[in-house]
Amino acid sequence: MPVAAVFLPLIGSIIAGFFGRWIGDRGAQLVTCLAMALSALFGIVLFVEIALHGQSQTVDLLNWIDTGDLQVEWALRFDALAAVMVAVVTVVSTMVHVYSIGYMEHDPSIPRFMSYLSIFTFFMLMLVTADNFVQLFFGWEGVGLTSYLLIGFWYDRPSANAAAIKAFVVNRVGDFGFALGIFAVYFLFGSLQFDAVFGAAPEVAKATLNFLGHDYPALTVTCILLFIGAMGKSAQLGLHTWLPDAMEGPTPVSALIHAATMVTAGVFMLARLSPLFEYAPTALAVVVVVGGTTAIFAASVGMAQNDIKRVIAYSTCSQLGYMFFAAGVSAYGAAIFHLMTHAFFKALLFLGAGSVIHAMSGEQDMRKMGGIYYLVPYTYILMWIGSLSLAGIWPFAGYYSKDTILEAAYAAGTGVGLYAYWLGVLGAFLTAFYSWRLIFMTFHGEPRADREAMHHAHESPSVMIWPLVLLAAGAVVAGFIGFNLFVGDGRGDFWRDSILVLPGHDSLAGAEAVPFWVAKLPLGVGILGIAIAWCAYVWRPGLPAWFAAHFRALYLFLLNKWYFDELYDAVFVRPAMWLGLGLWKKGDGAVIDGLGPDGVAETTRGLSVLSSRLQTGYLYHYAFAMLIGVVVLVSWYLLVQIG
Amino acid sequence: MALGAIIEAVCFYAFAGVLIASGVMVIASRNPVHSVLFLILAFFNAAGLFVLLGAEFLAMILVIVYVGAVAVLFLFVVMMLDINFVELRQGFLQYLPVGALIGLILLVELVLVFGAWTVAPDIAAAAAAPTPPLAQASNTAALGGLLYTRYIYPFEAAGLILLVAMIGAIVLTLRAREGVRRQKIATQVGRSRADAIEIVKVRPRQGV
Amino acid sequence: MLEIGLAHYLTVAAILFTLGIFGIFLNRKNVIIILMSIELMLLAVNVNFVAFSAFLSDLAGQVFAMFVLTVAAAEAAIGLAILVVYFRNRGTIAVEDINLMKG
Repeated sequence: MPVAAVFLPLIGSIIAGFFGRWIGDRGAQLVTCLAMALSALFGIVLFVEIALHGQSQTVDLLNWIDTGDLQVEWALRFDALAAVMVAVVTVVSTMVHVYSIGYMEHDPSIPRFMSYLSIFTFFMLMLVTADNFVQLFFGWEGVGLTSYLLIGFWYDRPSANAAAIKAFVVNRVGDFGFALGIFAVYFLFGSLQFDAVFGAAPEVAKATLNFLGHDYPALTVTCILLFIGAMGKSAQLGLHTWLPDAMEGPTPVSALIHAATMVTAGVFMLARLSPLFEYAPTALAVVVVVGGTTAIFAASVGMAQNDIKRVIAYSTCSQLGYMFFAAGVSAYGAAIFHLMTHAFFKALLFLGAGSVIHAMSGEQDMRKMGGIYYLVPYTYILMWIGSLSLAGIWPFAGYYSKDTILEAAYAAGTGVGLYAYWLGVLGAFLTAFYSWRLIFMTFHGEPRADREAMHHAHESPSVMIWPLVLLAAGAVVAGFIGFNLFVGDGRGDFWRDSILVLPGHDSLAGAEAVPFWVAKLPLGVGILGIAIAWCAYVWRPGLPAWFAAHFRALYLFLLNKWYFDELYDAVFVRPAMWLGLGLWKKGDGAVIDGLGPDGVAETTRGLSVLSSRLQTGYLYHYAFAMLIGVVVLVSWYLLVQIG
Repeated sequence: MALGAIIEAVCFYAFAGVLIASGVMVIASRNPVHSVLFLILAFFNAAGLFVLLGAEFLAMILVIVYVGAVAVLFLFVVMMLDINFVELRQGFLQYLPVGALIGLILLVELVLVFGAWTVAPDIAAAAAAPTPPLAQASNTAALGGLLYTRYIYPFEAAGLILLVAMIGAIVLTLRAREGVRRQKIATQVGRSRADAIEIVKVRPRQGV
Repeated sequence: MLEIGLAHYLTVAAILFTLGIFGIFLNRKNVIIILMSIELMLLAVNVNFVAFSAFLSDLAGQVFAMFVLTVAAAEAAIGLAILVVYFRNRGTIAVEDINLMKG
């Protein structure tokens, strides 16, 4: 069954991908959704078996690499952490598959889309059930590839192609760090198997790496390199620029990949490698700082965006920051808990936004929406549920997971922990604000769309609504159901060996003992955020415009995403293009081609022109040449031979 | 010194001098007809030299073949082609220094060779076809005896070469003139009765 | 000087040969001069052969000179035939105009 759970999506993808022409659109949809549903069923059963009843297992599949000191297997590691991830990935993926039946109804390439979705799920499952670093990297690269394919799904749009390449390249930068980290692991531990590495971690923690004459703490360096990979995949500050542009892909893609699953691979990796990170406190501190800064950065930018999907994308980026700094303060359970609840409510929000876009005939700019709540009532209610969960309002799922993270950050007691806590609280305020900004701008107020669009606005078909309902159910109940298991007192029995927390770092234990105001402050600022959003967008609609006009510089700074894209363009892109152009034109063209093929050809041609001047066509010239030859020969003979 | 030697020397220098002088005139004269005539003179003097050497057959052959056939051929062609008197072109002087240098070098080398060279003592034994003494056979007879026995194959080959040259010359220069009627013998012979005769019933007072 | 030896004949032949060579490339007038220069060279070679034949008492030299004569005649005939045909086609036998082989 574990093997089936992982490989069923692959089979579905292959059938839909290669035989799509024969089985048709309906056939492709049927095959992939069926495969995914079965996989999800198995995933839930496995979750119950492994996580709740504690029957971890490792399924060996194949021997992969066996050369000298390097042995790598294909094996599926099913422990509590993997079981949670498998369940989340398969369930959300199934919802997205079903939703896509309705959303992509009029698309010309349905089998290709379904195939890509399924193979993405396969790679993600390989990633989370990996038993060694190489298999993890295989899944890592695979999801990166499918992300590229899916972002650029509508490949006749130049913006989509550019966004796909941007995603892939930025991911690559992160993957470079990740690969260096894997090399460091092999260098330090001599093995790439998780069990072997985790077992040897305490000893290696004291080792140092010598680089360019300086000694660096080995494990810290390794963990930071691995974290760079996570930064790229999970769009943390610095390697985040691809996530907003990834919204070029179809909305189901955004929901699946850029909300629930692929971007959370970084968080998963951190949790999976907790036995390593626990021994590198400096690395953990770096994680906290980066995560906290990302959380506040993304939330601030999300306030100023006008594209509905972009707001939700920055929201994802921000929530990932929360997950990271939770992991950084050793509250891995809280990070995974938030990952799960976030998967539900963020996928819900994205798919709901897709429903809105579908209703507004493809319009994504919120400035052209408004006043449609009575036209799309189900969508409206579902968006409210998602937003309430996101903002962390009791009793929705987000309340439990997000508040636990903030409490753990406070309880960690370190400077970076407190830094993360206050940024997290501010972020919670901004999150609530921009979420309700989205709701009010999209659904309330005077309709700003033209008559034609308003006339056309209709609720989505049930094939699109039902997955949203199921996700909403998760977004409501997953919190208080999972609280005890993931982060509460039952967490020890739940996680078992899949996550390691050193006794000195256990912030989750301290999270239960924080002061009352610490625990309830996020809820308070959340409600405050909703209230201010209501003021700004319903009570006094002219307020945002006044604000933007009077704080123009700040507004532009936020609208332009803190000018990161412009910065990267100037620092990296332009010099790279200049270098490439120079190397091509001058290096390759002038030097190598000039000395090589072109040069040789030119020289040959020149020499042959010179030589052809010997052929004057005049007989006496030839005779003269012959005579000179004869004279030379005779002279040589006389002088040299005879002397 | 013997009279014979003196006469021989005088004859030699006379023949040689005129030979060289006419050689110079061949290439230097402006009128091509004059060039050919000087060539003829050169051949005559060379024949004289041959006689001095005792090869009278060859001398006569030179006169008959070279002068009588080849030089006359030259004359025919020169007169047939419409050749203008050409002035000495400028380019002549351009090559003269280099050419003179080359020629001088060649000449010097040749003379060096002659000067430094001696005959091997047993050369007589290495002769391919020793000349019989004059009492035994005249030059012509000796040559004939040699040519038709030991050198028969080259002789026949030379004949073939001449045949080929003749055919080649004809092939090169033969041209069919336009508008000249010729008999096509094969067509004439291949004519059948059906082509030639047609029986026509002629009615009285009606003609053909 | 007075004693005519082999060297004298050879010198004459050498000078004649050189003259023939000069005639080939110093001539700017027409192609007939070239053909005549070739005849001069062949004549020089013949003189050489006969001189050696006489002084070495070897008749093979004269036999060879005869063959040279034969071939020279044949070659002169063909050369002139070519010249005639060339003149028919080009209308000129000035040496400078004969550069169709120019590469």
